[in-house]
Amino acid sequence: MDEIVSLIGGFKVALSWYNLALMIVGILLGVIIGVLPGLGGANGVAILLPLTFAMPPTSAIIMLSCIYWGALFGGAITSILFNIPGEPWSVATTFDGHPMAQQGRADEALTAAFTSSFVGALVAVVVITFLAPLVAKFALQFGPAEFFSVFFLTFASFVGMGKGSPFKVLASMCLGFALGAVGLDKVTGTLRMTFGHEELLIGFDFLIAVIGLFGIGEILSSMESGLKFSGSHATIRLNVVLQTWKHLLKLWVTSIRSCIVGCWMGITPGGATPASFMSYGLAKRFSKRGANFGKGEVEGVVAPETAAHAAGTSALLPMLTLGIPGSPTAAVLLGGLMIWGLQPGPMLFVEQKDFVWGLIASMYLGNIAGLIIVLTCVPLFAAILRVPFSIIAPIILVICAVGAYTVHNSMFDVWLMLAFGVVGYIFTKLDYPLPPLVLAIVLGDKAEESFRQAMLASQGNLSIFWSNWLVGSIMTLGTILLFWPLVTWLQDKRRSLNSRPVAASAGAAAVDKER
Amino acid sequence: MQKGEDTNDGRPLVTNRTMEIVVALVLLAGCTLVIYDSVRLGFGWREGEGPAPGYYPFWVAVILAVSSFINLVSAARSAGASETFVSLRPFGRVLAVLVPSLIYVALIGYIGIYVASAIFIFAFMIAVGRENPLKAIGVAAVVPVALFFMFEKWFLVPLPKGPLEAWLGY
Repeated sequence: MDEIVSLIGGFKVALSWYNLALMIVGILLGVIIGVLPGLGGANGVAILLPLTFAMPPTSAIIMLSCIYWGALFGGAITSILFNIPGEPWSVATTFDGHPMAQQGRADEALTAAFTSSFVGALVAVVVITFLAPLVAKFALQFGPAEFFSVFFLTFASFVGMGKGSPFKVLASMCLGFALGAVGLDKVTGTLRMTFGHEELLIGFDFLIAVIGLFGIGEILSSMESGLKFSGSHATIRLNVVLQTWKHLLKLWVTSIRSCIVGCWMGITPGGATPASFMSYGLAKRFSKRGANFGKGEVEGVVAPETAAHAAGTSALLPMLTLGIPGSPTAAVLLGGLMIWGLQPGPMLFVEQKDFVWGLIASMYLGNIAGLIIVLTCVPLFAAILRVPFSIIAPIILVICAVGAYTVHNSMFDVWLMLAFGVVGYIFTKLDYPLPPLVLAIVLGDKAEESFRQAMLASQGNLSIFWSNWLVGSIMTLGTILLFWPLVTWLQDKRRSLNSRPVAASAGAAAVDKER
Repeated sequence: MQKGEDTNDGRPLVTNRTMEIVVALVLLAGCTLVIYDSVRLGFGWREGEGPAPGYYPFWVAVILAVSSFINLVSAARSAGASETFVSLRPFGRVLAVLVPSLIYVALIGYIGIYVASAIFIFAFMIAVGRENPLKAIGVAAVVPVALFFMFEKWFLVPLPKGPLEAWLGY
């Protein structure tokens, strides 16, 4: 029960007027960021990072994580009212959320979305509260080989759990690793791949990549599709909220299933987007009203929203305990920790107790505050979307440029941001996934360092990665995930071979019947 | 998003297949650069140092090359009817934001980020958005001023400044 005591201590840290105010500001900014195209959780936090340099680290991370919660909430508003997913993880919410809005049940859909987001996040925070200290204690005994195995698992799961071509995931990821390797090699001090250019000395900063890939890239995509907002109005009335809550209680099976899916996908870095799709798919399959999905079923809003929020929140668990983020936004928060002089990883739980528990306590408070704010302020946020895109686009571009400049006070980074924007636009259109690219830039040098240290210890013998049951089982799990697409591909092939004669005989039977 | 407006989009410019091939080729070209430099740095084992500095980029580039090659082949083989990557009009809209952004970033170096932002927002709202000039002037003035006070005064993060700021004494 040490956790409870620590958590109460955390609440004492988080419950100052200054921190509460930052929480509310963070949630409001976050929802706005989530609603606007071109600004999302990851790049929104990246842009606002420099503004927190002057704050104490605990307050800074409280505000930044609240921006993240806000962005998670905000995505649902645009999906339901405008059929425009503000964030990739709210795509699945449009399937049933927007039909509900068209039937005049927007308030019901919004209440369901916000409440299930809240439930998902709350469950994930409870998981973090009790699991994180255990994982951290466990990870204190990790050596370089163990750390490398966790990195390996992280990246293997992108390949194993990603949708689409595994080779595109690999290409995107390795591009990130290669970009991350540019600059000073931290182990030997040699310059790599700078080709005599001084700007490349410090390498490619992933914050620039995040702002460019997600921010500029999304502006370009939005411009291309000639975005015109046309959506339903909504205000949320109290009696609808209460009725919807009553209805939601009956959907507890879906909620629990979605929470499990979300927490699992968040801790292993599958991320919020696949979690929301997977949860929607499962709900459709197991629900009694599965056939109604896509026509405005409340359950079809509950499932993806719960899972996305649970995944988004639990992605912070590996970030805090191992220093390995589960999502691009968690990676940006990790970047923040390092800038404030905190070393993420298991020692954080020993050396920075106030910080860790203050953050965890703020997750509880932030989500409660978030639920209240979004339920009451929906008309305000929907109004933002009615501002023409020709006003929003240049302002977001200016904000992105400012954000990119402030990372290193360098104009080169601003140019780089534009280049990353074009890459992001093209990659998104061709289904090259962006999160593995970003995480590879962030984690590449750390993965390399642990690999080289492990190799040095074992004198180049790869068997060190199977030298004890812990590192061995993580590596084996990673290898299975890495080759998972191959397994499913073989299965599909076998099935199509088997089904062909069956189909032929079924066809013959049909012909027989007609006679 | 608005879909199914192909009739208004004008002539298709590039197919997905072509773009897939271009991206794969660009990535392959990147691989040769990385492999070239890794070979220079050494990618083997060094006594007392472990894997040489080029070891990791070398193998990363090899995996990237293999994946890109597979992507290239699978794109080249999908000959049949290919989806459009971008048509004339949407591409024009992309350029309408990309080209002004390039000019904007180029301007920052000469006249500072605040004045450049004001010009960019104003020009974009007039030329692309066809907004009311008064409204454009308003937005173009408020945003940089707000940024100025936020960064220079409140958070003490200096941004690139030009002659106007110098004349004002900053």
